[in-house]
Amino acid sequence: MSVITVERKILEKNDEVARQNRELFANHDLFVLNLVSSPGAGKTTLLERTIESLKSTIKIAVIEGDVQTDLDARRVAKYNIPAVQILTRGGCHLEAHLVREAVTNLDLRGVELLIIENVGNLVCPSNYDLGEEMKVVVASTTEGEDKPLKYPAMFRNASVLIINKIDLLPYINCSLTALRDNALKINPSLTVFETSCTSGAGIGAWCDWLVEHARRKPAS
Amino acid sequence: MHELSIAQSIVDIVGQYVPPEQAAAVRTVNVRVGALAGIVPESLTFCFTAITAGTPLAHAELAVDFIPYRVSCAACLTTSPAEPGLALCPHCGSAETTVLSGTELQVVDIELNSIATEHV
Repeated sequence: MSVITVERKILEKNDEVARQNRELFANHDLFVLNLVSSPGAGKTTLLERTIESLKSTIKIAVIEGDVQTDLDARRVAKYNIPAVQILTRGGCHLEAHLVREAVTNLDLRGVELLIIENVGNLVCPSNYDLGEEMKVVVASTTEGEDKPLKYPAMFRNASVLIINKIDLLPYINCSLTALRDNALKINPSLTVFETSCTSGAGIGAWCDWLVEHARRKPAS
Repeated sequence: MHELSIAQSIVDIVGQYVPPEQAAAVRTVNVRVGALAGIVPESLTFCFTAITAGTPLAHAELAVDFIPYRVSCAACLTTSPAEPGLALCPHCGSAETTVLSGTELQVVDIELNSIATEHV
């Protein structure tokens, strides 16, 4: 018997394309976020509120990832911003090469902020680097306060947590404090926002943070 | 459930080391999967078997070394297994922890049957 030593990362091909994406984004001075959550946490609605608030302040482009349909891309395209849909056709996550192809279909002139909305899934997208600056995870109060403990990898790899649907807290059995504390047990350095896309609570603070980070150019 | 695309990536990596005419000699592909990698070992081996069926790698076995999640703590200077993903030290509760293992997702090596290689 003979043995060939390999010792290579299984996802190194994806990581390499992600590195190229990161280089491309840097060349365009783009601040890029990878928005992740379980299905129905409110990623697309949050995106709509964000675009409404920031449309006259900062130029935004969006890449929408879904298993099927271009419904989400149509929702954000209504705001007259560059938007493109990636259909994974069964795939449970976006990969770096899909983002690279999508970017070629986007007019990035003048764009400062690119938000990639990943497929709704708290497991698989945590493994795949897309070339983003950071992952933003959305957890809604209706999902329960134990979500971060059940899906730790996603909360560990994210830099920002948005706790959404806080307007529903009086009607459901979820403690905001427990949800936040559980997330911080996994990742103590998370920046946390609490939002409601219905009442508009917290959207201003989130948008201020976005503008500040999108305009903070890397030290050269 | 992205074990299928992970299995495909493993097959691609094997292809870079073993030419097609020697692929039938591959006995075992050893991989390392961390507890926090989001991969179910049984699903991964199932997917590997499914995508290699009818190919020269059909008789190759995928052996998964499942690596537990372990953290070391700078506050109480201990090293211990922890609930996957938890950043808090299971001994003292400090957040000053470093993850020692559990995030691995690697192909370690490929074992080939020498008898089969001689026939190639």
